[in-house]
Amino acid sequence: MSLLWMYLKVFLVGGALCAIGELLVLRTRLTPARILVCYILTGVLLSAVGLYGPLADFAGAGATVPLTGFGHALCQGVMSAVDEVGLIGAFTGGLSATAGGIAAAVFFGTLIALAFKPRAK
Amino acid sequence: MDKQRVHTNPQHYSWLTEQLSPPSPLGAGLGRAFWVGGLICVLGQAIADAGVHWLDMNARAASSLTSITLVFLTALLTGVGVFDKLGKYAGAGSFVPITGFANAMVSPALEFRREGLVLGLGAKLFSIAGPVLVYGIGASVLVGMIYALFFH
Amino acid sequence: MPLKRTGLQTIELPLRPAVCASAAFVGKKEGEGPLGALFDHVAQDELYGQDTFELAEKRLYLDAIRKAILKGGLKPENVQFLLGGDLLNQIITASFSARELGIPFIGLYGACSTMAESLCLGGMLLDGEHASTVVCAASSHFCTAERQYRYPLEFGAQRPPTAQWTVTGAGAAVLSLAPSVPPQAHVVRVCMGRVVDLGVTDANNMGAAMAPAAADTLLALMADTHTRPADYDLIVTGDLGQVGRDLLLQLMREQRMPLEERLHRDCGLMIYDRERQDAHAGGSGCGCSASVLCASLLPALQRGELRRIIFMATGALMSVTSSQQGETIPGIAHAVVLESPKP
Repeated sequence: MSLLWMYLKVFLVGGALCAIGELLVLRTRLTPARILVCYILTGVLLSAVGLYGPLADFAGAGATVPLTGFGHALCQGVMSAVDEVGLIGAFTGGLSATAGGIAAAVFFGTLIALAFKPRAK
Repeated sequence: MDKQRVHTNPQHYSWLTEQLSPPSPLGAGLGRAFWVGGLICVLGQAIADAGVHWLDMNARAASSLTSITLVFLTALLTGVGVFDKLGKYAGAGSFVPITGFANAMVSPALEFRREGLVLGLGAKLFSIAGPVLVYGIGASVLVGMIYALFFH
Repeated sequence: MPLKRTGLQTIELPLRPAVCASAAFVGKKEGEGPLGALFDHVAQDELYGQDTFELAEKRLYLDAIRKAILKGGLKPENVQFLLGGDLLNQIITASFSARELGIPFIGLYGACSTMAESLCLGGMLLDGEHASTVVCAASSHFCTAERQYRYPLEFGAQRPPTAQWTVTGAGAAVLSLAPSVPPQAHVVRVCMGRVVDLGVTDANNMGAAMAPAAADTLLALMADTHTRPADYDLIVTGDLGQVGRDLLLQLMREQRMPLEERLHRDCGLMIYDRERQDAHAGGSGCGCSASVLCASLLPALQRGELRRIIFMATGALMSVTSSQQGETIPGIAHAVVLESPKP
């Protein structure tokens, strides 16, 4: 039951974050790239003021998989690195916390680009 | 020569354009983004839980595992030409999750591969996703500096 | 010496240059559309046997020109000018095709208006007796235009309903003063358009950006020649799409020169079945008007089903740079009056 409830929370919060993005797509002229930038900035900001942490605790991947979660991870990485090593952590913390996703995108992106050809829809 | 032959003004024309341009249907679009986006997050949660329970990972490693797996799946689906169809159906449902970030990197790399390995594939990898990293990292450094200077 | 001009923008071609032959080569999606059976050739995939999309577009372009010259009973060395363009930066499709043909080349850029622009200039070259045979051509390719103007093919983005689908196709028409084959049509007058901009900035709504230019040129032609839309069998625009068409009809009503719905066709609405083919507001690109003209309109004029039409292709003259800098989208339209050789 608690597992089901957990997954329901993930689904609802993740879905809602995506639906807000879709609202921006359909009712503004923001391009996807701009919406992604807005999302990551919102994530960093909400995380910095301590609002995104509770959402991530509540909804798990529902809050961390959307790009706002990427901003949250950057922000939390920076703050915990500052706690450990001081000011220098402001520069090292963000990337080390998100290195997995970025490195994977670079690595798999290159691999796939070498292996496949683009095609029309 | 009479400079204006079509006697109208930009304000009126802009109003006309709005009247005659069909809007995207809102309800269906939101619904599709919601369920696909929600499902991608559920998949992410399942991967993280699997990491914790079966691979003895801590929360942070499991979170990285989630990112890496979703990025890999997206790269693969982009390569075989499925992700753009998913994106067309779900819109923000597939580009707001980390899958969109991965697709934004893989698709230009794939597209511009024919312009060479360095200035094509290598440079274009970041052509759409680059701004996300620039502003995300930039903002986080700023937050870190404020945190270090004023809250320590 | 009397100028061969009527009114402010219209140029008379009293020698009535003939369109002696034409050809249209298109992609698979266009081949599956309502005009599919009319094209000279339908490429089975977007690469058309080439290594890149750019080379595929060039092959469509070359094939259409060669086929049109052949149908005109001519050889490339009989043609004195190639006038043409396409949508790619530095019009590489047209100039790289010219490299292989060895015909003196006049490269043109009028965005999607290029086919009408080249017919206007080709007609004038012939009427001025500076040439006896010229070929006019234009092309576009969905995959090359998409990567230059918008997103990579595999990027998962949605298009709004006002967006248009770039046609993969090329059209070529051979114009001659003394055709050796029965002509398809005669170019009797042309109207060169002005650049008109009513402040549209939405790159996903090209029809809206171009409709004012179409209205401007059409009004000029009507005023210069003292005619009304009903004096023509059809007024065919290039790629306004559904939104641009509605706006053109509305603008013409407001200017008290109503263009009846039944007299207007748009190549962008003719080439796809929009219900079935996911083309949103319709087709676009130089290849749209070029291939519809060569495959459908010219043969109808030749058969005498159409007696007198206005072929008016519209273009949106923006670039990626101007769009990113927030500039509005200027539009242009050039019109060609074509008459059937049948009495």
